[in-house]
Amino acid sequence: MVLEFEKPIADLEQKLQEMKDLAKGRNIDLSSDIESLEEKILALKKETFENLTRWQRVQLSRHADRPYALDYIYEITNDFIELHGDRTVKDDKAMVGGLGDIDGRTVMFIGQQKGRNTKQRQERNFGMANPEGYRKALRLMKMAEKFGKPIVTLIDTPGAFPGLEAEERGQGEAIARNLKEMFMLKVPVICIIIGEGASGGALGIAIGDRVFMLENTWYSVISPESCSSILWRSWDYKEQAAEALKLTAKDMKQNGLIDEIIPEPLGGAHKDLKWMSKTIKEAIIQSLKELDKLKPEKRIEQRIDKFCSMGVFVE
Amino acid sequence: MAWFKRTDKGIKTSTAEKKDTPDGLWFKTPNGNIIHTRELKNNAYVCPDDDFHVKIGSKEYFEILFDNNKFTELDKDMKSGDPLKFSDTKPYSSRITETIKKSELNDAVRTAHGKMNGLEIVVACMDFNFIGGSMGSVVGEKISRAIDYSLKNKVPFLMISKSGGARMMEAGFSLMQMAKTSAKLALLDQAGIPYISLLTDPTTGGVTASYAMLGDFNIAEPGALIGFAGPRVIRETIGKDLPKGFQSSEFVLEHGFLDFIIDRRQLKSRLTTLLNLLNN
Repeated sequence: MVLEFEKPIADLEQKLQEMKDLAKGRNIDLSSDIESLEEKILALKKETFENLTRWQRVQLSRHADRPYALDYIYEITNDFIELHGDRTVKDDKAMVGGLGDIDGRTVMFIGQQKGRNTKQRQERNFGMANPEGYRKALRLMKMAEKFGKPIVTLIDTPGAFPGLEAEERGQGEAIARNLKEMFMLKVPVICIIIGEGASGGALGIAIGDRVFMLENTWYSVISPESCSSILWRSWDYKEQAAEALKLTAKDMKQNGLIDEIIPEPLGGAHKDLKWMSKTIKEAIIQSLKELDKLKPEKRIEQRIDKFCSMGVFVE
Repeated sequence: MAWFKRTDKGIKTSTAEKKDTPDGLWFKTPNGNIIHTRELKNNAYVCPDDDFHVKIGSKEYFEILFDNNKFTELDKDMKSGDPLKFSDTKPYSSRITETIKKSELNDAVRTAHGKMNGLEIVVACMDFNFIGGSMGSVVGEKISRAIDYSLKNKVPFLMISKSGGARMMEAGFSLMQMAKTSAKLALLDQAGIPYISLLTDPTTGGVTASYAMLGDFNIAEPGALIGFAGPRVIRETIGKDLPKGFQSSEFVLEHGFLDFIIDRRQLKSRLTTLLNLLNN
């Protein structure tokens, strides 16, 4: 999949390929041409990706090739055992979780999961969890607390599912309970926005001692499309809405609403899953090193203080 | 010759001098019952003919709940900043200024402590006519501080929700108010101080997904719209009409998320009974 703003790069890359094929097929030396074109492509890439608009980052966060929670989990861990079900209603496949190890240390992983093809997307409900998903997440978090294992959540959702059954089973209550319970977890909690961080559906697993955003992700109270439809009464103002919402990692960091940004490879996380996973893994290890030094009560106090200091008002 | 001769043609009164019929002297319920506003006020703003609960704000709830309408308001002057310099069809800052002028409120929640039938209580009450009762930094902060007051003075906390959800114009900041208020409620929970959440028409979005659903007691007024997603969004998602009564207080009670539904005329006495039962 090539996004609109990636087209000039893709065109050049195609030209480069043609040139390489030509050089090989006719056995002529085009190496200096190839080299200069490669340099040109790299420069264009850098320029493009350093100057992305907020909406373009939103597009990148939804890129069809972007790695999802389980992609990272399997890259980061040696062993991983997925755990299912909320013990009440069913197993929500939009929310995954399980025990895995990071260099031998056991961690509880939890995250929203999107699907790669039509069938999977349906099964994963496009990464939109139902109440049972949030309750499954909470069950696993409590289990982690019981066994003294740190928690890592990977957030990637266009929102909690707005469906009929979701309302019947208390979507609002499920998210609210998670917010409250996550503040009191005695184990370290690290939250990483890996794709889309839409509103309460994202926040429902995003209360942590450290909150990270990957470079090309978004996190806000509403998606730019819905914001456009409500405030502008039309779906056509999503670019403006994205600008107004200040929803990128850089914006959120600047406003003190997240702790750190994790850089992505040039072109986005999907360009190099191994590198991206390694970088995420390092961020987790570093955070755990810092958080291990604190007593549980201190961690809880700092977690509460951090979120309670968020807000701008005049008195 | 006509008895009266009209010397001037047309309406001469300038718009500024225009006299309206006194606004809201009579109230018509959705069922078509008409009631005088004075009678409505004496009846806790519930229509006696069809028990329709008229939407009211903090002024009225404080009047209903606090003894002799006596209370001490907290953080009265707190106003919204504009951290994102947000602008849609008009700038957020001017929207705030206009709404303050129009509604005579500083934001979408008012917090106060006082006595209810002699019992100390802290009440936070939302006002829907302030940008749809939306939750931004001020709402989050005032509720948090009201809970702090409850914690410090060991006084029960009553939250009256009436909101369309989080305030879009404060984007990420609004979202984090859900976290902030939930954190404070976790502390209140730990301290064993009662928290009663009263959900009124409407309570949706981020408010439902945070403090409104976190009460030791979740209670609601009859016929209120209570949900996470709004009905329109759900209808569009599932592509079907919604069943009758979907997301009403009665529906939410039936599905196990409310302790009971309370008629506003009994609100004060029932809350008093409940708190007394906890005290005795």
